Amino acid sequence: MPGTTDLTKLTAAETAARIASGEVTAVQVTEAHLDRIAAVDEKVHAFLHVDREGALAQARAVDDKRARGEKLGPLAGVPLALKDIFTTKGVPTTVGSKILEGWIPPYDATLTQRLKAADVVILGKTNMDEFAMGSSTENSAYGPTGNPWDLTRIPGGSGGGSSAALASYQAPLAIGTDTGGSIRQPAAVTGTVGVKPTYGAVSRYGMVAFSSSLDQGGPCARTVLDAALLHEAIAGHDPLDSTSIDAPVPSVVAAAREGDVAGLRIGVVKEFSGEGYQAGVMQRFNESVELLRELGAEVVEVSCPSFDRALAAYYLIAPSECSSNLARFDAMRYGLRVGDDGTRSAEDVTALTREAGFGDEVKRRIMLGTYALSSGYYDAYYGSAQKVRTLIARDFERAFASVDVLISPTTPTTAFPIGERADDPLAMYLADLCTIPSNLAGNAAMSLPCGLAPEDGLPVGLQIIAPAMADDRLYRVGAAVEAAFVDRWGHHLLEEAPAL
Amino acid sequence: MPGITREEVAHLARLSRLELKDEELDHFAEQLDVIIGAVARVSDVASEDVPPTSHPLPLTNVMRPDEVRPSLTPQEALSGAPAQEQQRFKVPQILGEE
Amino acid sequence: MTVTELVSYEDALATYEPVMGLEVHVELGTKTKMFCGCSTALGAEPNSQTCPTCLGMPGSLPVVNAVGVESAVKIGLALHCEIAEWCRFARKNYFYPDMPKNFQTSQYDEPIAFNGYLDVQLEDGEVFRVEIERAHMEEDTGKSTHVGGATGRIHGASHSLLDYNRAGIPLIEIVTKPIVGAGERAPEVAKAYVAELRELIKALGVSEARMEMGQMRCDVNLSLRPKGAEKFGTRSETKNVNSLRSVERAARFEIQRHAAVLGAGGTILQETRHFHEEDGSTTSGRIKEEAEDYRYFPEPDLVPVAPSREWVEELRAGLPELPRVRRNRLREEWGISEHEMQSVLNAGVIDLITATIEAGADAASARKWWMGELARRANEEGIDPTALPITPAQVARVAALVAEGALNDKLARQVIEGVLAGEGDPDAVVDKRGLKVVSDEGALGTAVDEAIAGNPAIADKIRGGKVAAAGALVGAVMKATRGQADAARVRELILERLGVTE
Ligand SMILES: [Mg+2]
Ligand SMILES: [Zn+2]
Repeated sequence: MPGTTDLTKLTAAETAARIASGEVTAVQVTEAHLDRIAAVDEKVHAFLHVDREGALAQARAVDDKRARGEKLGPLAGVPLALKDIFTTKGVPTTVGSKILEGWIPPYDATLTQRLKAADVVILGKTNMDEFAMGSSTENSAYGPTGNPWDLTRIPGGSGGGSSAALASYQAPLAIGTDTGGSIRQPAAVTGTVGVKPTYGAVSRYGMVAFSSSLDQGGPCARTVLDAALLHEAIAGHDPLDSTSIDAPVPSVVAAAREGDVAGLRIGVVKEFSGEGYQAGVMQRFNESVELLRELGAEVVEVSCPSFDRALAAYYLIAPSECSSNLARFDAMRYGLRVGDDGTRSAEDVTALTREAGFGDEVKRRIMLGTYALSSGYYDAYYGSAQKVRTLIARDFERAFASVDVLISPTTPTTAFPIGERADDPLAMYLADLCTIPSNLAGNAAMSLPCGLAPEDGLPVGLQIIAPAMADDRLYRVGAAVEAAFVDRWGHHLLEEAPAL
Repeated sequence: MPGITREEVAHLARLSRLELKDEELDHFAEQLDVIIGAVARVSDVASEDVPPTSHPLPLTNVMRPDEVRPSLTPQEALSGAPAQEQQRFKVPQILGEE
Repeated sequence: MTVTELVSYEDALATYEPVMGLEVHVELGTKTKMFCGCSTALGAEPNSQTCPTCLGMPGSLPVVNAVGVESAVKIGLALHCEIAEWCRFARKNYFYPDMPKNFQTSQYDEPIAFNGYLDVQLEDGEVFRVEIERAHMEEDTGKSTHVGGATGRIHGASHSLLDYNRAGIPLIEIVTKPIVGAGERAPEVAKAYVAELRELIKALGVSEARMEMGQMRCDVNLSLRPKGAEKFGTRSETKNVNSLRSVERAARFEIQRHAAVLGAGGTILQETRHFHEEDGSTTSGRIKEEAEDYRYFPEPDLVPVAPSREWVEELRAGLPELPRVRRNRLREEWGISEHEMQSVLNAGVIDLITATIEAGADAASARKWWMGELARRANEEGIDPTALPITPAQVARVAALVAEGALNDKLARQVIEGVLAGEGDPDAVVDKRGLKVVSDEGALGTAVDEAIAGNPAIADKIRGGKVAAAGALVGAVMKATRGQADAARVRELILERLGVTE
């Protein structure tokens, strides 16, 4: 039996297999991860809340189930780090914001319920940019998270806590949400795997809304197979979410086990290169293209001319929806209340509370969205952005008529230093340049590691994009690429990360 | 595209119920002006004949049957309330319509 | 402005033509709310019918109530509207503590029903067509109670208490096009429209539409323009006018107020006004310093509603007879005048009379009981006639007993009293109270003989041909039999015994 520290290095699939076989108990696995959190999270700050008791209780239930001879699911007893954007009954949920400090939801998100039903052990809630607005986790009201590869750099965002938890072996699985790249960009800069499923694949019920028509929860892991196992655990129709897909979940686990690209047509998006793209990022990307050719794929260049308007459309649509979604934080029914001294009106108390409870980025986007929806501006801004959305969807449609998947770098650069872009919103927004089109179109995309940039030794992400409802293609291609790289490197990329 | 003034930011803040401080008004006016300048480019490709997309999925008619589901208990409903009285949410005096 | 400064109604109408717009909100009678599965049952304790969705909790999402949509389509069809082939919900953004999400999920430029009309019949039978602009789906708000003020009103209150049981209950908002050409009858048209709409809603079975319970609420928008002018004047919006009588009074008051302001060279402010039941006046609401900008946009948490044409036609085929058509049919069947029908409508007993007739009674007696004895009782107790503890079948049985001579009117009233008092069915009451017309000829004959013997002078008068005097003897017999005799038969027997014919 391996020592407890080794338990944190296992993949989710291996962990589940050992628990199922009785080699280790779920409690041992959970304790090993809780110990790891205790040892390193002071430095990383991946977690906002660790639910020690809850996690151990879940683990004990798994062990009891096994003792009773009940069949265990494919992820039973595997620990997971949950982004603090999903409601958890009885466990604090802050969405990285002061305005929800101390809020204990009276209900579980559908995703939370599914994780519990799959006997996944929820270790706690991870740090994030406030209301998922950001690309660095610096916008968290509770302080930034460090990138385990270099703690002075950002772990990506908004789901930096989840990606950092994976990269620092605090959990083998994590959950993220991706509105403009918040799963894929953190995965890219931490050398982990992150998937934004097709919009509607994973229920949004109980996932605190940022931009309803873009938000999508998804799996984060250290391997493509682990991500697939988690994907199948959380995806599926939910009658409580009107935008949930009512169709069978694609067989992503089978696709991840097959991992084959021979005969596939793969498109390289021409627009995702050039100015602003780090040389080392492009070098690793180009090597990935070569690798895919070697594996038997046919790689062609495709053009998606409308993508250069994607960022602009995104920064109108997302703020517009968030200005309305976040109106409910008014100090009346839950959360922070500031300035209620018995003389002030409800209106004033709401305004004072929102002023005190929201950070700068949230205020900026609320005002930007309020502006874009205002009468007189609606057509030029929100209305035009929705037309751009149509054009982007058409570009994808045209591309997917001739290729099976598209590929690009996940991000133009590797992890930048904490603080570097904090005062320059536009520079920050560029981090999501390659990821945003898929949110606007609603299709599926994955980021997985494709090497370290030579100039800074930091991870580079390869993005794979598949048509809506064809999430399995991500896993088929991703698993093939991962296997080939592991073969070439002799190990997983993460093993090159410095010890904490 | 027109730039955004400090007064417009103050108006947006009122609509958004944000009690911004003076220095924030200046700061945000400057930043929003830059951002709006950058995002305004959506309108040059948005011609008449392009239909808007408000939603990525082509779903319609998603409805639920008119069947009662369990509610929260009043205690659960009020569990996060900043203040409560008589099993109701207690809020500061409301200005406005009667 | 006080009432004394108003221009007289006649003077106002001599100079101006009123233009009205009516916005009616109907709370649907669905079992659950519009976007969540919480119950809509009345009378529950505060905040016991709430969930994350209707409390606007972080993470919650709406799902449309299918019966809410079906009801909206039915209302649209009954109002002769076109039904949208594709429409969406929209968010109407504004902050208010009774609205948990600080936006109302409503419909904006894509209502589910539009372009219809409702014919309304005024009391004298004249029919006026009110054009319908749209009917759309939305949700109600929570209920606030203002505490600490002297009057329980918002002004002067120290704080408010919120109960969100009502938040999210489905509403259909029905908006008319500008109503022009009603002239002096505008207030009457307003009242008749709301009354007709209420009947329609009830007939469709989509709501009980009880105005006193807030299930139907009306906003009266009104403006005046000089007679012959093209352009509409500035309108006032009088909110929450919640009875038929108030609708008429509010319109009338605003006509007089507008005329006074305009006549004095003033301008009408486009503002919200509040109606006061006590004196029928309206007063200005809060003047907003900035125009509302609701920043409507398509609700991204809901998908479009696209009623199929087949379904719409199915619903159209299943519509009940429209109330006005039905009323006219029944009026003819019952053989009564417009005015009599109007009284029946006002008494709220059309369905009760219909059901009583269906249970076997003839139209005249069904109408007689419900419009007489029973309407009086309901009125005395301040309840709806439908709430009386007597069924149309029971009333029909009473009518049958009268028709077959087992009861006379006086006894029948006692039977109804017994049924209302909970003594059981009419037959049981007859039994228990011993209420039967004495038809035993022997017993009746004895009573008649005794009456003749006891009143020789009267008997002589009758023998002498003064048949009219028989009434006194009939009265004596009825008294002796405690009212249980058939008065007509008694009279026959008296005349027979005294050898007189009529
Ligand atoms: Mg409305
Ligand atoms: Zn509810």
